[in-house]
Amino acid sequence: MLAYTIKRFLYVLPVALGVSLVCFLLVHITPGDPLTAVLPVDATAETQAQMRALYGFDKPLPVQYGLWIWRVLQGDLGASIATGRPVATEVMNAVRNSIILATAATCIGFALGALLGIIAGYFRGGWIDRAASLISVLGVSVPHYWLGMVLVIIFSVQLGWLPATGGGPGGSANRSLSWDYLQFLVLPAVTMSVIPMGIIARTVKALVGEILSQEFVQALAAKGLTEWGIFRHVLKNAAPTAFAVMGLQLGYLLGGSILIETVFSWPGTGFLLNAAIFQRDLPLLQGTILVLALFFVFLNLAVDVIQSAIDPRVQRA
Amino acid sequence: MRTSLLAAALSVSTLIAAAGPTFAQGTLRIGMTASDIPLTTGQTDNGGEGQRFLGFTAYDALINWDLSSATKPSDLVPALATSWAVDATDKTKWIFKLREGVKFHDGSAFDAAAVVWNLDKLLSKDTPQFDPRQSAQGRSRIPAVATYRAIDALTLEITTKTPDATLPYQLAWIMISSPANWEKQGKNWDAVAKAPSGTGPWKIVNFVPRERVELVPNPDYWDKARVPKLDRMVLVPLPEANARVAALRSGQVDWIEAPAPDAVASLKQAGFAIVTNAYPHNWTWHLSRAEGSPWNDIRVRKAANLAIDRQGLKELLSGMMIPAEGFFPPGHQWFGKPSFKLSLDVAAAKKLMAEAGYGPGKPLTTKILISASGSGQMQPLPMNEFVQQNLAEIGIKIDFEVVEWNTLINIWRAGAKHESARGATGMNYTYFIQDPFTGFIRHLQCNLVPPAGTNWGLYCDPEMDALFDKVRTTFDPKAQTAILEKIHEKYVDEALFLMVTHDVNPRAMSTKVKGFVQAQNWFQDFSQITMAK
Repeated sequence: MLAYTIKRFLYVLPVALGVSLVCFLLVHITPGDPLTAVLPVDATAETQAQMRALYGFDKPLPVQYGLWIWRVLQGDLGASIATGRPVATEVMNAVRNSIILATAATCIGFALGALLGIIAGYFRGGWIDRAASLISVLGVSVPHYWLGMVLVIIFSVQLGWLPATGGGPGGSANRSLSWDYLQFLVLPAVTMSVIPMGIIARTVKALVGEILSQEFVQALAAKGLTEWGIFRHVLKNAAPTAFAVMGLQLGYLLGGSILIETVFSWPGTGFLLNAAIFQRDLPLLQGTILVLALFFVFLNLAVDVIQSAIDPRVQRA
Repeated sequence: MRTSLLAAALSVSTLIAAAGPTFAQGTLRIGMTASDIPLTTGQTDNGGEGQRFLGFTAYDALINWDLSSATKPSDLVPALATSWAVDATDKTKWIFKLREGVKFHDGSAFDAAAVVWNLDKLLSKDTPQFDPRQSAQGRSRIPAVATYRAIDALTLEITTKTPDATLPYQLAWIMISSPANWEKQGKNWDAVAKAPSGTGPWKIVNFVPRERVELVPNPDYWDKARVPKLDRMVLVPLPEANARVAALRSGQVDWIEAPAPDAVASLKQAGFAIVTNAYPHNWTWHLSRAEGSPWNDIRVRKAANLAIDRQGLKELLSGMMIPAEGFFPPGHQWFGKPSFKLSLDVAAAKKLMAEAGYGPGKPLTTKILISASGSGQMQPLPMNEFVQQNLAEIGIKIDFEVVEWNTLINIWRAGAKHESARGATGMNYTYFIQDPFTGFIRHLQCNLVPPAGTNWGLYCDPEMDALFDKVRTTFDPKAQTAILEKIHEKYVDEALFLMVTHDVNPRAMSTKVKGFVQAQNWFQDFSQITMAK
């Protein structure tokens, strides 16, 4: 097991290096001067050259990459051009906020999706099934930034129940579990939950339908088990796959959503990326993308190792 | 069961409604268009908006803008300097008398040494307080400054590279931050950003990067008439236009900058006030005067200016513009009396085109650079298409080259002859035109052709250069204004730009906001504002 883990970790190293190279090239090959957004439009050539040298943009690209990766290996992602603040601090703050949003969205999505899936699967063919299926299809299909704006219009503008934007009454710092802060989470989390809700609903519906048609269910019924008793068995059999799908959805949402976080000004990684793109803030952009990409690389590593621990056949494969 | 469920639902909805956003009395919350909190250390970034919200609030310049009137164009007024004068014999030497008894927010005293320290912060790389970030923002604002020294605690001497009467305008950009606070914060500008100190009417007290910054009144402000009446002002970056409108309509903020024109009608209907005013901004086509450009012919330039249906454009923008009558907005102190009227006269325009050798069988075809968005560009795509249709009517066929805003800025810096201009003979570019340099000189002075400056169109006219020189060497403000009027008349009479419109600096606010006077300026004063209960 240890040997497998070490081998798997060693595989990750070239992948991580490749990811860093792709991140670096992606942000450097895009058109536009990183200093344009931060300098006054009529800044002199001398000032431009001074800033270019300050951020190392006057060096050849391979040298810039080498210097950047050397600093990254020491845990230094550099400083944002636009704010001067350390990229690592900015990204970590944003990651924390995205994790909060993604976790809330996944919980809502799973609860609603599972409920809809079970109902649809259990009442196959009836109008309840069709209604539940329609909701789940809508969940997957509806553009979530549009849904976000509609929810803002209804719950913030018309009803005035929930705040439209932001991470908290005093910003996301000093966040607590009080309603003062939680109310800022409701609309973005609900908006973000519609996709996992739709996916989980469809998965659970298929699972419940499949399990209900299996022979052991008929055997349970023949033994005189109550409908509720049979239903519990169905749930137990459907749960592992449903949770696996939920895990995948959580991983997907943890990457943040540029659209949702921008619509709600939620200070997560998506919002940060949006700001970095518009400000051409290359250190912040490449730092954020790198952290997110490495997060997925290591998430895959963790999943592989856990899977192999549970099912040793994975190691042999 | 059903009753208890209903009761639970009602109590939850009541709880939600009760816990909804609250309105604190005396607190003004503003949604800015910036995507981050502008730099708080003194010399701000984020252009005019940064200076408006975190420059002239927390800091003062030696000379400030008079932001007290909505009806007259704002001019310079004494601030940390009470008076200034150029030496009678040496026109490069200026003496500034400084205000006595002014304290920074940290309690340290303001004096001439603090000004020298601040100029070093921007200009002198070898001093420990030199800050590249503030320097990048401020250095280009004071190109005239050569040397400076404190003569005594309240007397400052600044010498310029050549005689330059525009120095006071240049110094109105330079925010004075506290040297003692920089020492206290470990000589670290990043630490100063979190606990800044200026002499301005507002103190920055709470700073959450990317999310909000809070300011409270400075009760010891030297200008008692400008001690803020509010308890607190909160600034929130909301770069997305729809998010700003939603935040205003849901009561999360009381004021938003730049509502989208298509949201204005619904905001008015919902009872919000839309405040607008003229300010020194223009939306033009900067024309190339490089060899071979069709705009070298004054008849073509005049014809194009006569073909624009500015009233029609105003309707397109729901009234949110001021039709151009010149390069500066009508009523500006430098407007003068140009003889060429920018009216819609298609027949006269066609006649001019015919005189220039163009007609139905021989249209003028040329390329113009435009952007799809950008700071101050208003609604560039529909507006440019409107202008394109107007020009087509008189036989000017325009092909657009649409580029991204930051790319357009780089092309503007490179000049009309540079390959990046892709053969275009004009570009749609909006201008900040607040002082003689940004308003006139930088666009057309011969020695400011790129890369030395931003005379994009490579215009060069000895007569205009002589006027620019005269502005710089005329130290009497009234005489200087007369020359600036002459320059503006020449801009208009020779139709040096395609002058289309001026923005009206719209902001939407709750009717609870009282006492705001929107000055005809990029910057604003928040001191007189109160919040109704």
